[in-house]
Amino acid sequence: MPTLSDLLQFLFAGLTNGAVYALIALGFCVVHNTMGIVNFTQVDLVSLGGMFLYSALFLLGLPMPLALLGAVAASALSGALVERLGIRPSRSDDHLVLIFLTIGLSVILRGVMKLAWGKNRMAVPPLTADEPIRLWGATLLPQILWILLLTGGAVLILAWVFRRTALGLCMRGVASNPAAAAIVGIDGGRIRMVSFAIAGGVGGLAGALVTPITTLSYDVGVLLGLKGFAAAILGGFGSFVGAIAGGLLLGLLESLAAAGLSSAYKEVIAFGILLLVLFVRPTGLLGKRKG
Amino acid sequence: MLRIEGIGKHFGGVPALSDVTFRCREGWTTALIGPNGAGKSTLINCISGILAPDTGQIHLQGLRLDGLPAHRRPFLGVGRTFQNLALFPRLTVLENVLCGLTPQGEPSMLRSLLRLPATRHRERLLRLKALEMLDAFGLTDKSQWPVSILSYGDRKRVELARALVSEPRLLLLDEPVAGLNAEETARIGTEIRRLHGAGLTILLVEHDMDLVMSVSDHIVVLDSGRAIASGTPGQIRSDPRVIEAYLGRMSATA
Amino acid sequence: MTPRDKILYFLRLHRTGLTVWLLAGFLLAFPALAGNPYVLGISNLIAVYLIAVIGLNLFIGYAGQISLGHAAYVGLGAYGSALLTIHFDLNPWVAMAAVAAAVAFAAFLVAIPTLRLSGHYLAMATLGFNIVCHTVMTQWDQVTGGPSGLAGIPPLSLGGVSIDDEAKFHYLVWSFAIVVLTLGLNLARSSLGLALAAVAQNETAAESLGIQVGRAKTRVFVLSAVLASLSGSLFAHCFTFINPDSFTIFNSIELVTMVVIGGLGSIWGSLFGTTLIVLLPEFLHFFDAFRDIIHGLILVTVLILLPQGLVSGLRDLLRIKLLAGRNNA
Ligand SMILES: Nc1ncnc2c1ncn2[C@@H]1O[C@H](COP(=O)(O)OP(=O)(O)OP(=O)(O)O)[C@@H](O)[C@H]1O
Ligand SMILES: [Mg+2]
Repeated sequence: MPTLSDLLQFLFAGLTNGAVYALIALGFCVVHNTMGIVNFTQVDLVSLGGMFLYSALFLLGLPMPLALLGAVAASALSGALVERLGIRPSRSDDHLVLIFLTIGLSVILRGVMKLAWGKNRMAVPPLTADEPIRLWGATLLPQILWILLLTGGAVLILAWVFRRTALGLCMRGVASNPAAAAIVGIDGGRIRMVSFAIAGGVGGLAGALVTPITTLSYDVGVLLGLKGFAAAILGGFGSFVGAIAGGLLLGLLESLAAAGLSSAYKEVIAFGILLLVLFVRPTGLLGKRKG
Repeated sequence: MLRIEGIGKHFGGVPALSDVTFRCREGWTTALIGPNGAGKSTLINCISGILAPDTGQIHLQGLRLDGLPAHRRPFLGVGRTFQNLALFPRLTVLENVLCGLTPQGEPSMLRSLLRLPATRHRERLLRLKALEMLDAFGLTDKSQWPVSILSYGDRKRVELARALVSEPRLLLLDEPVAGLNAEETARIGTEIRRLHGAGLTILLVEHDMDLVMSVSDHIVVLDSGRAIASGTPGQIRSDPRVIEAYLGRMSATA
Repeated sequence: MTPRDKILYFLRLHRTGLTVWLLAGFLLAFPALAGNPYVLGISNLIAVYLIAVIGLNLFIGYAGQISLGHAAYVGLGAYGSALLTIHFDLNPWVAMAAVAAAVAFAAFLVAIPTLRLSGHYLAMATLGFNIVCHTVMTQWDQVTGGPSGLAGIPPLSLGGVSIDDEAKFHYLVWSFAIVVLTLGLNLARSSLGLALAAVAQNETAAESLGIQVGRAKTRVFVLSAVLASLSGSLFAHCFTFINPDSFTIFNSIELVTMVVIGGLGSIWGSLFGTTLIVLLPEFLHFFDAFRDIIHGLILVTVLILLPQGLVSGLRDLLRIKLLAGRNNA
C-alpha cells in the first residue's frame, strides 16, 4: 500500500513528465494547425534542445540562463530551417507524402546529431543547484519546479501570441482556411515557417528542461516526442487546451500506473491507454466527434 | 420507383433538408432544381448513402434504402455522379470505369492473389464491357490516360461512363453539365435523352434550365431544404412560388 | 500480323510473367555466380525483407493507408517461430504456419478498431502498437530472453535436408520471395487491386461504386501482417538468433523507406527499394557515420522529386510523355 508521500512523489513525477509532454504536444499541434500534417521532426527538435544546451554550457561556456535561451533560439531556428529546406521544396499536397517527408527529415536530423555530438550518453546540469526540497515527506527537485514554471510561462506566451498579435491572427487564418488566407495576402510559406520555428522552440525548451533529469543522447527525443504526439492525440489534436490537458493526463496516468503496476511496462501502459482511447473515441478524448 | 418520404437532415443544428417528400416514376427523368444551398446535393447523398438522413424513409421499388450502407446500394441498382467530380486521379480512364463494375465482380482475395484462368477470363470480360462503354462515350483513344491529365469535359464524361457501366436502374446525376461549354452540354443532353429512351429512371440535379426543361418529365423544386413545388416543366415554368424562390434570391444577392 | 508483330504482342501480353520467370532464372543461377557466402547472405536478407515490404506496399501504396509499426508483425512472426520451436519442439514449418495464422487473427482484431482511424491517428496507433510489442519483447525476459533475445533457433529442413547454409537458404527464401512477388503482382492487377487503389484515392467515390472500404482495408492489412510474420519466421530460422533490436519502430520506418523509395503502388518498385536499402550500407562501408544521413537524404530527395517513389514516379512520367508524344504525332 503506497503511503501519502509516495503518492505525492508519483504526482510530482507525473506532473513533470506531463508538462514536458504538453510542451511537445503543443509543437505538434502548431504545425498540424497550419499544415494539416504530423511533423515527425518534432521528436528530434526535442533532442536538439538538450544538445544545444549542452554545447552552449560546455563549448561556449555561457551562463545557464543565456545557454537556455540560446538553446531554445537555436532549436527554433532549426525548426524553421527544416521547413524551409526540407518541406517547402516539396510541391506535393498529399498528406501521406508529407508525413513520410517529415519522417525522412527526422532520420537526417538524427544522423546529423549523431555526427555532431556522438552516440554517447551525456549529462546536462539542472538550471539551479541540485538540493532537493522536502515537501510532506516527498522530495522535489528544483528542476521540477523550473519545468512547471517555464512550461506555464511558455504556454502563456504562446497563448498571447495567438490571441493578441497580428502574427497569431494570420496563423489562425491559415489554419482555418489556407486558400482564403492566401487571397487576403497572407504569405502561407512564411506562416508555415514560423509554425515550425515555434514547434522547434517549444520542443527545444522541453528537451533542455527534461534532459537534466533524464540523460542526453541523440535519440532521447524519440520516445519523449512520441509521447508528446500521443498527448496531442489524446487532446483531440488541434486545440492548445487539449494538448496541455492531454499531456498532463498522460503524464499522471503513466506515473500512477507505473506506481501501481510496474515501471518496466511504463511504455506499454502509456501507449496501451492511448490505443484504448483511440479505439473508443477515434478522435481523442477532447476531440470533436465526427458528424 | 423511388419514393422519398419526409426526409430531414441537419448539419449541426442547421437544417439542410426538412420533410422532403416526392417520387420518381419508373422510366421518367425527374429533375430536382432549386437555388444554391437548397439541399439538392444533400438529398442525392442521402439517396446514395453517403449521408444518413435524420428522419424519413427512402424506398427503391419497395425496398427500403435508408439504413443500408452506401456500398450496398450500387448492388440494388443505384448509380451516381458527383457535383465536384470524384474520379480516381492516378488511375487511367479505363481503370476508373472498371471500378464502376464492382457490382458485377465482387473480387475475392484468394482468387485475386492466385489469378486462376477463370478469374482472368472474368476480368477480361469486365474489361471488354468497360471498353464498350468507353467506345460509346468516344473515349477509346484516351483509355490509357490517367484521368488527372484529361480536360474537365472529358472527366465529366468518364464519370458518367463509370456510373453507367454497371447498368444501374436509378441514375443520380448531380449537375452533370456544370462548367461545360455549350457543345459539351449538348452532348450530355443527348446522352441523357438516349438513356431516357432506353427506359432508365433518372434523378437530375441541374442549374441549366434549358437542359432541365428539355429532358425532364417531372420537376421538383427545392428551396431552403423544402420541396416547394412539383409538376411538369410547363407548370413549373409558370409557378409563381418557383419564380419567387429564384428571383427573390437573385434580387437579394444582386 | 507478321511473325515479328506476333512475338512482340506475345511479349507485351505476358511481360509481367516473363519478367518474373527471368528473375527466377537469374536467381537459380545466382549461387553459382556469386559463390561467396557473404554475398549470398546479403541477397537472402533482401529476400526476407522483400516479403514484408511487398505486404506493406499493398497496405501503404495500394490502399493508401499508413503503418509505422509493421516491424511489430515481423517481430511477432520471429518470436512466435522461435518460441514454438525452442520451447515446444514444434516442427518449424508447422510453427511458421501456426504463427502466421495467429498473427492474421491478431491483425484482424487490431484492424477492426484501428482502420476506422485515418491519417495521423492511424500513424499513432500503429506506432503505439509497435512500441508496446517491443517493450514486451524487451521486458518479459522469462519468455523472450529480454534484451539479449533468443538463440539456438533450429534451422528449417526440407525432405530431411537441413537448410543450414547460405546457398540452401538462398533457394528457400527466394522461392518464398518469388511466390510472394507473383501473388503481389496478381493482386495488384486484379479488380481487388483496383478497388484498393480506388479506396486510397477517394473513399467516398469508392463506397458509392459498391466497394466495401472497411472490408478492403482490413483484408489487405491482414494480408500484409501475415507476410510480415512469414518474413519474421524466415528471419528467425535464417539467423537462428533474434533480439528485440530488429523489431523497433526504426525498423518499421526502414520498411516504410523501402516501400516509398521503390514506389507507392509498385511491386517491382518494392524489389528495387528493398535491394537499394539493404545494399546501401555495403557501399557505404567507409561512410558508416553518414549512413543515417544518406538514408534520410535519399528518402527526402525521392519524395520531393518523385512523390510516388522512383519506379512508380518514373513509370508515370514516361507514360505521360509517351501519351503526349503520340498525341502530337
Ligand atoms: N457536410 C456538410 N456540413 C455542413 N453543412 C453542409 C454540409 N453539406 C452541405 N451543407 C449545407 O447544407 C446546405 C445544403 O447544401 P447542398 O450542397 O445540398 O446544396 P445544393 O442545393 O446542392 O447547392 P448547389 O446548387 O450550390 O450545389 C447548405 O447550406 C450547405 O452549406
Ligand atoms: Mg449541390
